[in-house]
This record gives sequence, structure tokens and C-alpha cells, in this order.
Amino acid sequence: MSLLSSTASITRYRVDGKIESNLLETIYTGLKEQMIPEIEDASEKMAGWTSFDNPFNPNFEGSSFSIGTYLIFSLRIDKKTIPPKIIKKYYAIEINKRLKESGREYLSRQEQKMAKDHVINVLALRIPATPNIYDLIWNYEESALWFFSNLKAANEELEDLFFKSFKLNLVRLFPYTMAHFADGLSDSEVDSLNHLQPAGFF
Amino acid sequence: MLDISIAYNRYKFLGNEFLTWLWFTIEKEPETISFPDKEPVSMETGNRIVLVKKINDIDESVTIKGDDAGLEEGMLALGKGSIVTELNLLLKSNNQQWRFTIKGESFNISGIKVPESGPAESKKDIEGIVIEKAYLYERIFLILDNLFKKFIKLRLSSEWNHDVLPLIKKWIKE
Repeated sequence: MSLLSSTASITRYRVDGKIESNLLETIYTGLKEQMIPEIEDASEKMAGWTSFDNPFNPNFEGSSFSIGTYLIFSLRIDKKTIPPKIIKKYYAIEINKRLKESGREYLSRQEQKMAKDHVINVLALRIPATPNIYDLIWNYEESALWFFSNLKAANEELEDLFFKSFKLNLVRLFPYTMAHFADGLSDSEVDSLNHLQPAGFF
Repeated sequence: MLDISIAYNRYKFLGNEFLTWLWFTIEKEPETISFPDKEPVSMETGNRIVLVKKINDIDESVTIKGDDAGLEEGMLALGKGSIVTELNLLLKSNNQQWRFTIKGESFNISGIKVPESGPAESKKDIEGIVIEKAYLYERIFLILDNLFKKFIKLRLSSEWNHDVLPLIKKWIKE
């Protein structure tokens, strides 16, 4: 989902830690190393960084990901979804072909599995992956990151890829972490938080 | 800090309590809702409220939709022991309007509509719009963070049981 869409969903993170030197250069290297691959293969899923303003032709040259005080880029997840009915059809064709070639009446369970894997691999090469693009805004100074999706799978992919790229952990902001990071909580308040029980309003 | 996945599940109630307290605050103490920079703002419940009641460890949920979502059915559900788990909110400030839905257990924000930005005609325009959009999204987080900070301070103080909770219970019974 795009930050320029008329409706957006956001998951908020706190970025744990700082980049030690050459901020823009380090970000550029991390983005470049984990950029979405240009060439599709038979993989069911590919994920990587892409440019916010040009997601199908990523280019991070010239710190194009730095806008104002923000770092802005996108996570792209390309996923191949082969409809089960297509797999069923080509699997039946493949089984018939193999039976005919071998002159036998049955294939073993292992041979059936191999035939199914073969069909899925061949179809995966022919069917294009569907791209999903999720923008993010990283306010480096504030150690804050807004990810434009609430989808669990997309958020998990972001957390993994972010650490792989920049060696920084993302801490999701939900009630406990928000409370924990709230300014000005005393030690006794933090202790109370750790022992807090539901209130009961009625 | 506790392990994140343990903390998420253990403290789901805290976000739901925050939303219930927020609804009470919108109805009874609207003047206390403010931006940290004191820009004038008003907050209203929007067109969707989800409430959940736990019965024998099974969640029974009530969803109230529509532009007049809220009071009667919601109060009835609160009175029967439900708690707010999802709340659509409307923010108004300086003739601008924001609408969004916040989920109690995760604080995920969805359906965000911020005031419109001008059209983009060049790359430079897009950069300007992105910065403006970021500012507009940030306004939501500023007010929510300000409110949550106030809530958590109250929730962890003796004032919660002595003053706040009785007032909320009274409001629910009204």
C-alpha cells in the first residue's frame, strides 16, 4: 500500500540502534545488496527493496531515497500463485504421460510426488509473479519507522530484511512497547507495568 | 523489557483498556484532548466500534457500524462487560479532517484518510507532497502518543482505581 494512496494502513516501529558512520552510504549499500532481483526465476516468492517512486525499475543512486528529513523506500514482495485447478490439470497430464512411457499401471507415492514437484516447477517458470509494494518512511533522527501495511507476512518480511540490510532491529510499537518506551516513566511505574492486570470496567 | 511475543499477548488488554478510556475521554472530557504543540483539535468516535466480551475464554464480539456508531448499543455492550477492541476516530483541526481506525491489541492503524494534498506535476512536486503527507500522518501519531502517555501514567497510578475507574463505571451505567 502506498503512502500516496487515498487510504492507508500503518504499522509503527521503533528502530533500535544507530548507524555508526556514513549514514546515506550505509543505507545505499544495504538497499543495493537486498534490492529485489530483476530476473524472475522459479521461486515461489522473492522479496527485496525497491524505489518508492519507481518500484519496477529500482535505482537508489544519488541518495534518491532521502527526501527532506526522511528516508523513503519500499519493500516489494513478488509472489507466484498457481491456481490449484491448474496444478491438478497438469499433474493429471503428467501422470498419464509417465504411465504411458513406463508401461505400468501405477506410480509409487514417491514418483507421484516427483511428478507433482516437476509440474509445479514448470508452471512456476511460466506464470509471472504478482508484485506487492509496501512503502515505508524512516525518520532516522527520531528512530521511528512507519510501514504502510498491517499484513502479518509483509511485516515479518520487513523485519527480517531490515535487519539483514542495516543490522538494526525493528521493535513493533504495540501497547506494551509503547508503554515501555513512554517518556518519563519512573522505575516504580515500570515495575507496576510489568505486574499490571486487566482493570474490569463494569 | 519482556520478550516481545510474550508481551504482545500478555498486554493485549492494555490497548483495549486505552480505547475504552479514550471513548470515555471523548464523551466526558473532550477538552483534555490536545496536540503536544497545543494546536486546537477535536476528536470524535467515527463510524465503527468493535467491542468484545470474553465468555468462558471465548470472545463474543459486537460490531457497531454507521455514522451514528456508538452510544446506545456500545454503552449497552460495555454495561454487559465488553471492552472496546477497535475504534474508528475522527480528528478535526484547523478546518482539516483525519479519519482512521485503531486496533487495541496491536495499535495497528488502518483506513487512514488524511487531508488532501495538492496534485503532483513534477518530481519536485512529489517530494513536496510526500513531506506534506508524512507531516499529516505524524499528526495522528502525535495526538495518539500524547493520549496514550496520559493514559499509561494514570493507569499505573493510584489515581486510576480511586478516581478514573469509578468515573468510567459511572459513565457506563448512565
